[in-house]
Parts: sequence; C-alpha cells; structure tokens
Amino acid sequence: MNSGFALSWIDYSVMLIYFAFVLGIGWALKRYMKDANAFLEAGRSMPAWVAGLAFISTNLGALEVMGMTGSGVKYGMLTTHFYWVGAIPAMVFLALFMMPFYYGSKARSVPEYLKLRYDEKTRGLNAILFAVMTILASGISMYALAILMEKVLGWNFHLSLILSAAIVLAYTYLGGLSSAIYNEVLQFFIIVVGLLPIVILSLKDVGGWHGLQQSLAPIVSSKGFAPDTWTTTWKYTGAAKSNPLGVEWYGIFAGLGFVLSFGYWCTNFLIVQRAMSAKSTTAARNTPLIGAIPKMFIPFLIIVPGIVALVLMNTPGKGFSLPLNAAGQPIYDYTIIMLLRQYLPAGVLGLGITALLASFMSGMAGNVSAFNTVWTYDIYQSYIRPTTKDKASDDKHYLFVGRMATIFGVLVSIAAAYLASLFGNIMDFLQTIFSMINAPLFAVIFLGMFWKRATGHAAFTGLLAGFFIALLHHGLTFPEGANTMVKGGWIAHLHAYPVEMAQNFWTAIFACSTSAVVTIVLSFMTAQKKSDNELKGLVYSLTPKFNEEAVPWYSRSTTLAIIVLTLVSILTILFW
Amino acid sequence: MGIDIKIPIGLMFTIFGLLLTVYGFFTRLDATLYKPSLGINVNLWSGLGMLVLGVVMLALALKSRKSKPS
Repeated sequence: MNSGFALSWIDYSVMLIYFAFVLGIGWALKRYMKDANAFLEAGRSMPAWVAGLAFISTNLGALEVMGMTGSGVKYGMLTTHFYWVGAIPAMVFLALFMMPFYYGSKARSVPEYLKLRYDEKTRGLNAILFAVMTILASGISMYALAILMEKVLGWNFHLSLILSAAIVLAYTYLGGLSSAIYNEVLQFFIIVVGLLPIVILSLKDVGGWHGLQQSLAPIVSSKGFAPDTWTTTWKYTGAAKSNPLGVEWYGIFAGLGFVLSFGYWCTNFLIVQRAMSAKSTTAARNTPLIGAIPKMFIPFLIIVPGIVALVLMNTPGKGFSLPLNAAGQPIYDYTIIMLLRQYLPAGVLGLGITALLASFMSGMAGNVSAFNTVWTYDIYQSYIRPTTKDKASDDKHYLFVGRMATIFGVLVSIAAAYLASLFGNIMDFLQTIFSMINAPLFAVIFLGMFWKRATGHAAFTGLLAGFFIALLHHGLTFPEGANTMVKGGWIAHLHAYPVEMAQNFWTAIFACSTSAVVTIVLSFMTAQKKSDNELKGLVYSLTPKFNEEAVPWYSRSTTLAIIVLTLVSILTILFW
Repeated sequence: MGIDIKIPIGLMFTIFGLLLTVYGFFTRLDATLYKPSLGINVNLWSGLGMLVLGVVMLALALKSRKSKPS
C-alpha cells in the first residue's frame, strides 16, 4: 500500500548480520545445556548488569515500542506515567522487598513460590493461567509484527511470521534461558542505537524541545486542552476532563502507580525470572534497580518521537500521515515505523527496522522462556511426571521436556497469531483479561510475603474473587463511544468512563482491593496449615533480615534504590 | 554460564560501525539520499558512534578477561 518504501542491500546486510549474531549466541551456549537447571534457570549464574538489562529488554517488546509511541501521539508526556510513577517505584519495591523471598526461597518460578507459601491449588491456578496467557501474548505480538511488516514494508505476512518465529525458536531451543537473556542484552543495545537517530532528527525537525512546545500549542488547544498539556505530566491531572488520559491524579497514582504496575512488575514471572537467574541474592536484588536506570530514560526514546509525530501530522508541508484502519481512524501503533520511513535513509533505516525486529524477538523469547519453565516445573513435574530417585536421568528427562515445551510454545504462538488475524478484537480482549489476572495476583503475593496468617484457601478464593469482580466491573462500565462488547458494558451500562484507560485503571483497583479483602477475611476464618518453620524464607516476619554489610556501600541495593528514586524525582519535577 | 556477552555485542557494533561509516563516506555527496534526514549524513555519524560503542565493549571484555585468573 505504501509504494517506494523498498529496503536496499545495505539495510538487508544489517539485518542479516544481526540474525547471525543472535543465532551465534544460541549456538555458543548449546554446549552448556546439560540439565534442566541450566536450560530453564540459566544455572543462577547471571551478573546483575546482564540480568538487569535483560529485565527491561524483555518488557521492551514490539507491542510496547509500537504502543508507547502511539500513546505519545494520543496522550503526550502523560504517557511517562507508565514509567516514572508506574514501572520505576514497582521495580524498586520488587528489588528491595520481594526479591529476597523470591530468590531466597529457592522457588524456580512465581507459581512455585505460591505453592511453597500457600498450597498446590493456588499454584496450579496461577501456573495454568500464566502458561496460557503467555503463549497467547507471544502469538499476538508476532501477529502485530507480521502485519506491520506486511502493511508498511510489503513483506509477505506468512513469511515474516514464520521466519521471525523460527529464529526465536532456534536460539531459545539451543541455549535456553541463558540464550534468551544474553540476546535480550544485545537486543537492548540495538533497540536504543537503532531508534536514537529518529529521536534526534525528529526533534531537530521541529526546532528542539522548545520548538516542539510551540508547535504543539495550537494543535492541543484545538482539541480543547490547555496548550502545554502534551509536554507536561502532572500539571493537568487535577480533573479527569482536563487531560487526555481522562483520569485524575489519584486514579493515576492508585490505578497505574500502584495496582497495575505492581501487579505487572512484581508478579509477572516473565519479568521476575530474569532477576531469579542472577548469581547471588545481592545480584538478584540489584537486577531490577540496574534495569530501572535505563528504563526511566526509555520515554525519550519512544514517547517523545510520538509527540513530534502529532506535530508532523498537523503540518501539511511535512507529508506525514498515519495509515488508516477500516473505520477511517489513524492506526497509532504504526507511528514508529512511519517515523523511521520519514527520516531515515538507506543504511540507518535497516538499523531502525532491525531495532523493531529485535524488540519483537526480546519480547517473544521472554514469553517462550517463561512458558517452558512454568510448563516443565509447575505443570509437567507437578501433575504429569514427578521426580524419581534417579537424579541423573531426571535431569536429562526434564531438559528434554523443557526443549519440547519450547517448540510447542512457539507452535501454539504461531497458531495464536493466525487466530489474531481472524478476530481483530482478540488483542484488546486478551490485554483486558491479562490485567484482570495480574491485579488480584499482586494482592495475594503481597499478603503472602508480609502477613504470615494468610492461608491457602483464602489466597485461592481471593484470586478468583478478584478476577470475577474485574469481569463484573468490566461488564457494567464502558468507555464513552465504545462500539464493541470487548470494551465493556456487556451486562449493563451502569457507568461511562471518558476514555478506555480510565476504565482499565478502575478495573484493576477494584480487582486488587476485592482480592485483598477476601484473602484477609477468609484467612481469619480458616486455619493456617503451614507451620512457622515451613514459612521461613517465604514471609517477611519469619525470615532473618538480609544483611548487606559485607557488600561495599556503592553496590548495596539500598544505595542503588536511593539513586534510582532521586533520578526519577528529578525527571518528574523537570517535566511536571 | 560460559560466555562474555560484551564480546558479541562489541563485535557486532564494530561491524555495523565499519559498514555504515564506509557506506556513509561513499554516499556523502548523494543529496537525494540524505534529503529525509534533513541533509545530515546519519549513516556516517551513526556508523562512527557504533564503532566507538563496539570498540569500548571489546576493550571492556579484554579488561575483564585479563583481571580474571584463568
């Protein structure tokens, strides 16, 4: 549909070199994959900086990059709330307060932590939901990438889908979690280096930050907001109507800052697995903190170009427009690739496309490597074939199962990608379901870690109750102008939110609080079956305090946490 | 687990750097090519930047290899 956007030999050379390195890393790690522990847990040997970069890289998938740039167009700098009040505090909390229990308990996964802390049914529920959702999520991001490549570059949909899946399969099959993690570090650097030219060129094009503010003023005013709404973060959050997110400051704080972000960053095994692969407790705690430093600057890489795109769209001479969907609405998710096309000549263009491919691969490899671990340990080893006395043959067997799960996971992802191509709404649908599962999970894990009285029956019921309240809230409310049941309001139209984002925030808040209340009340009504001794290392009050005195002050987690929080406060004030 | 990721990162960016620097140098007079990038030779500049990144990574890898008793 967009003729004249052909890549040249130099662009393809860059891409091929990247593929060669990604596969080469998998190949080099192949000889270390002797047992399931090496394959699924990376032998708990990663230095903190490697795990830290992998930690944020796996989250920097294609949907994140495309979605955040699109949100830059729609919400401007308010999108940074996902980072500065969302991700960063949650990452600091995970590092300081939760990692000692995840790592110290010797659990191999988040579901396994739930089994140790609560009981089998809580683990089973979480493991199965997680396995299903992770694979579907990976299929959806695969679909998003292939459709993007088809629409913008004219590549064959099936070919780019199969090829990208085959590469991810090859390197995760060969080198397991280590290969996924090492490649995520490499991919992180490519994403930054590949997207940096559009940040610089697009800002230069509109006359720098100051020029951007000036050009935005008339555009934003015509939308009915104050002229500097798109370049500020908290200034217009006094009332929901005065900012494009449609949420007041306390909704942002509680919904995004607390429930959604803590639910995602502190309980999603995909993320936590990276920190669990670290070589020591200190390294595991430092992983999210080291990741937090580059993370807080990611908005400048992917949100700011989106804000510039809003100016370009409204300046006829620039010749910039977004492709339209069937309903005639601009497809905001394509902003990033249209910017690449706008500014980059052959050469760096290939690098930019490679950055998008790298972001897709880091996200998908993360999903696959989390899936095969949960499948092998929490489902297969728990319910299908428990460990035997023969450890050597067990090791071989579970390594084999892990490898097969990798292949299976990729195949189901491909199937999910085709499913997504049949039902356009499945993406929205699954993202909604995912947030309904995560928010109650945070309440249950949080109570488990900090309140020794919380019981298994209560946690299990709490998870279900939170999920059903989320469904109920979603069924009773809808965002204004919604034209499909997937967006909500499928039971009754009780309340209308100004935008979808506001509805998501409140769904999560209701789900998390319900889950917490149910878990607390039922814990008092049921008996704690686990003895204090069994809960040692799993609950805060029963675990010896982690002593950092042996660690030099500059690499202590508390020092890093103070640096991270100071930096993020400075950014918040600068862009208030 | 046995590999130092700084080596592949260093190697890859050194190769990217050389490739784009040379390409940028030979296309420096091509005004049509650099029209979208506001007349800036982004290939040359990105190439040089990546070359520096690559070499620094390799130097760090060499340093940590030396300091580790084998």
